[in-house]
Amino acid sequence: MTTTPQLNRAQGVGPNALTRRDGRVPNSARRRDTLHGWGFAAPFVIAFLLFLVWPIIYGFYLSLTGQSITGANSEVIGFANYAEAFADGDVWRSLGNTLWFTLLSTVPLVLVALILALLVNLGLPGQWLWRLAFFAPFLLASTVVSLFWIWMYNPQLGLINSVLGGSTAWLTDSNTAMISVVITTVWWTVGFNFLLYLAALQNIPEQQYEAASLDGAGKWRQLFSITIPQLAPTTIVIVILQVLASLKVFDQIYIMTGGGPGGATRPIVQYIYETGFTAYRLGYASAVAYVFFAIIVIASMVQVLVTSRRGAK
Amino acid sequence: MTATEVLDRTEASTDRRVPSARQGRDRRKPLRPSSIIALVILAVLAALWLMPFAWAIVTSLKSEADAGATPVTWIPAGGFTLDAYTSVLSEGNIPQWAFNSVFTSAVITAIAVAISALAAYAFSRIDFAGKRVLFYVTIASIIVPPQMLIVPLFYQMLAFDMVDTYAGIILPQLIHPAIVFILKQFFDQVPIELEEAARVDGASRMRVFLQIVLPLSRPILAAVSIFIFVGAWNNFLWPFIVTNDASLMTLPVGLQTVQSAFGVQYAQDMASAVLAALPLIIVFLFFQRQIIKGFATTGFGGQ
Repeated sequence: MTTTPQLNRAQGVGPNALTRRDGRVPNSARRRDTLHGWGFAAPFVIAFLLFLVWPIIYGFYLSLTGQSITGANSEVIGFANYAEAFADGDVWRSLGNTLWFTLLSTVPLVLVALILALLVNLGLPGQWLWRLAFFAPFLLASTVVSLFWIWMYNPQLGLINSVLGGSTAWLTDSNTAMISVVITTVWWTVGFNFLLYLAALQNIPEQQYEAASLDGAGKWRQLFSITIPQLAPTTIVIVILQVLASLKVFDQIYIMTGGGPGGATRPIVQYIYETGFTAYRLGYASAVAYVFFAIIVIASMVQVLVTSRRGAK
Repeated sequence: MTATEVLDRTEASTDRRVPSARQGRDRRKPLRPSSIIALVILAVLAALWLMPFAWAIVTSLKSEADAGATPVTWIPAGGFTLDAYTSVLSEGNIPQWAFNSVFTSAVITAIAVAISALAAYAFSRIDFAGKRVLFYVTIASIIVPPQMLIVPLFYQMLAFDMVDTYAGIILPQLIHPAIVFILKQFFDQVPIELEEAARVDGASRMRVFLQIVLPLSRPILAAVSIFIFVGAWNNFLWPFIVTNDASLMTLPVGLQTVQSAFGVQYAQDMASAVLAALPLIIVFLFFQRQIIKGFATTGFGGQ
């Protein structure tokens, strides 16, 4: 085989080590590359097929059957489960709860993160402590967070009522349950968005502030005319990640309120879990899971559209 | 935005020896009044954020009688005690759960990073038939929420006889398409000349990958490892579904059963929660910079 070693700087594409002088790849090299490529990707691809692709297909098949834990009614019933889901008040209610939670949590999770990052970025003493305080909760498991806050919200013995007075049953009153869960969620996960903002803030070119100072712009003016606009791409990333994360909420609601009182906080993921694992209606649970998936896909597409229209990088 | 760019950016932001070049303020100079106001606001917010920790720790150091006493006080009438910790550690399953969490999270991290890096390297460097399709399918799968797969996955695990096994906990947590993407982005930016020189000298692809590419990728590998480890350590839904046997539960799943088991034993509940919180918080205290960098990198990378 007569081949000439030649540097190929096109990264990510093209054969890189051995290319013929005319730029074409010999067939044997191509076959070898294909073998190597699939060889390297094989472990991931196998896991991917077994634990992601197959359950997606199997779940869709289940959603077309009346399958339950007993194995009865396993025949294909077409889209009857989907029809039932669209007529099921509990599906709509848990979807409503999920969207309400997403709205209530995303706004403070972005705004509070921004405020905390702006304050910490002033460079005041105590950087290590501020980062610890605001980011450490993010490292806790949902269960730990829930146990902490169940205790904070305890009507008789909790810190919150002992400071505020009164005996509000935060987690079992339908007026306060959702907002209580939202407060816990903000405390728990705002640190991640805070971190992303902090990283972005450090990246704003110094010269912009110097130029603005020379033009006589005060600190507040600089905040609104330089900092906030410069953070726009980061804000878009954060909002996208946050909406998708909030739509998938389950853990803290399930542990803190059990979805109650009377289903007032139950999110859609909990409804899938309960239908599949306590009512044992596999087929129906799978159909609701696909409805949930459709909402995630729609939310993602809306965000892609909004992002590309704004021309953000 | 690429992973390496973020890495460089967060390098500056997380280095506390360089507080903020923009302010250009010498630390020895007295603070301006506006800075003092900002400092007070920050201190109040930080105190608020640390309050649930403090309250949990104080409660865990009370006797059950004091923890359940009204009016609520920070200093217990009967003095502080470690009783809650000793009974939780001697009677409960916490040491076993902690082991399960460390073991499953470590195995998940090791395997997930290895298979993701191998696949990312193939996507970045090898021109193989079917690569485009495979890559687009991998990227598209980022959108799939793991929560939607719990029912089919559970019955798959039943069929594999893997319910209530470590394998059942670990296997479905190995796929991280977003991490494959982040690593591919990184590999794309590693200069290719070194690899080519080695290839010309007759080194196999695997040797090039192991001896040249991986050592160059240490920062990004550390970043994604931290991300995957914390995710696995804190994962609740899947281990909760696939384990019924208390001796196989991970910490988050086991803790959820503690509440009902200990009933109204508030000090013990809080001692359990504090014990479960401790490992990652301690690690964070020592490796704050690396952990923050790891999260910022993977966060911007698309996950």
